[in-house]
Amino acid sequence: MADLKATAGQSGRSLAFFFVHVARMARLTGLSLIWIFVAPFKGKKLRWGVTFVQMVRIGVESVPIVGVISFCVGLIIAMQAADQLEKFGATIYVADLVSVTMCRELGPLITAIIVAGRSGSAIAAEIGTMKVSEEIDALQTMALNPIGFLVVPRLLAMMIVVPCLTILSDFVGIAGGFVLALTNLKLAFIAYFNETAGALYAKDFITGLVKSFFFAIIIAQVGAYQGFNVSGGAEGVGKSTTTAVVVSIFLVIFADLMFTMLFYSTL
Amino acid sequence: MNEPIIKIRDLHTSYGKRKILKGINLDIYPYETLVILGRSGCGKSTLLRHIIGLNAPDRGEIIMKDVDVTKASEEKRDEILKRIGMLFQNGALFNSMSVGENVALPLLEHTPQDKSIIKIMMRMKLNIVGLSGFEDFMPSQLSGGMKKRAALARAIAMDPDILFCDEPSAGLDPIVAAGIDQLILKLKTALRMTIVVVTHEMASVFMIADRVCLMHDGEIKFLGSREEMKKSTIPYVMQFLERRPDEDRLDPENYLEELVA
Ligand SMILES: Nc1ncnc2c1ncn2[C@@H]1O[C@H](COP(=O)(O)OP(=O)(O)OP(=O)(O)O)[C@@H](O)[C@H]1O
Ligand SMILES: [Mg+2]
Repeated sequence: MADLKATAGQSGRSLAFFFVHVARMARLTGLSLIWIFVAPFKGKKLRWGVTFVQMVRIGVESVPIVGVISFCVGLIIAMQAADQLEKFGATIYVADLVSVTMCRELGPLITAIIVAGRSGSAIAAEIGTMKVSEEIDALQTMALNPIGFLVVPRLLAMMIVVPCLTILSDFVGIAGGFVLALTNLKLAFIAYFNETAGALYAKDFITGLVKSFFFAIIIAQVGAYQGFNVSGGAEGVGKSTTTAVVVSIFLVIFADLMFTMLFYSTL
Repeated sequence: MNEPIIKIRDLHTSYGKRKILKGINLDIYPYETLVILGRSGCGKSTLLRHIIGLNAPDRGEIIMKDVDVTKASEEKRDEILKRIGMLFQNGALFNSMSVGENVALPLLEHTPQDKSIIKIMMRMKLNIVGLSGFEDFMPSQLSGGMKKRAALARAIAMDPDILFCDEPSAGLDPIVAAGIDQLILKLKTALRMTIVVVTHEMASVFMIADRVCLMHDGEIKFLGSREEMKKSTIPYVMQFLERRPDEDRLDPENYLEELVA
């Protein structure tokens, strides 16, 4: 009985902690967005130099990995689809399946997961290390706001770069389907191309990009929040970095669920 | 004397349940050098962090230049902070920036000056602390003492009105430590800075201090000029000056029990 009580108390506390974290993260996101969209009109400049450096680090440097993985995923879906559709002699519909899944779901999702692993963790580690070595305090005593100085350039870079990477992922994934169709399935280029073009609507593409924009915000903010939340030296930095990746992937998938319900559910 | 530049009234603070500062009352006057002494862990760094508004107290007020920093809006506090320099106990240099960039950062952010002028100012500050030629080094390439001095250069980059130094000469060789004392005297006389220094070096206390504040266990035990300190008959002050260790435990049974408990 006492055990049960203790367990209940603990879960209650964890739940309360969870909501406290969510509220604080929302606050951080709100403040960051104010820094991006309101503060520039009040004479506070955005730090484009640093933002550009971050865009290179988050975006340009992950082009190869996003490309390779998207290509493989495109191939995988094409093979799985072909295996099923062959039974009906309808392999041409591989084009529809690959292009629609890539644009609606897999492009944004693959990109978000790669970026969370590569850069969400880096944001948490950078900010966390600065926290433990009192660099954040030093910033504050110089009257430099850590949100404006550290979070905003990273968030801005994410918001610009993640949708771009998603577009890349969409196209490379579709190209993966093309390769399978032309080699293994012996479909004609023109036929496959026309089928793809006919299957894709602007909505497929745009909903994917809208999602990826919000995924970018999630990854940057979870990373930054975990960074600011570090306590207790190098070990704490490691813990927060791991948490940042796990939490941001969870939130990205949860947000994806919400968006899909919003965009496509007929409920 | 004139109006205090910083007034601390009944400052209480705690980490979790542990009380750290237990009612600090302290006035700091313009252009004086105040040295804060006290044993390791008695709350000196904590006091400095509260004065510059990094931590919020449980209760009490800290009035700096007529603004209560514990309640001030961010804009107000930033205005005050721009006129303050702080040397952290561990330096707190930005590890992702070179030494030169560290020193130049506040100037770049808060002054409209041209980059070339800022570069000259940055070199001047590094020269003052004896680090000319090290501007392109990264903090990780510096020794502990050099980091301290680089951090000091950054703290005085904006020519602040008030300079806080948390153990500026801890871990430095005696020659460089004496150099830092000289530098503090120079800043005080030439630039008319108000300087608050936390230190353990009794030699430098008697060299730079106008007034000495001795803290113990979150309270101020003594506050006065260095002459008054030398003459003081307060037991704790005398123990501090004579570098006498605490009385030995004479109760072996209790001691054993404590260890086993
Ligand atoms: N972030 C923190 N969380 C919990 N306790 C803390 C924290 N920072 C300091 N303390 C506690 O507060 C007390 C005062 O710390 P403080 O750093 O102010 O000491 P100090 O007087 O500067 O010591 P030293 O001369 O060694 O630098 C210490 O006992 C320490 O355990
Ligand atoms: Mg200290």
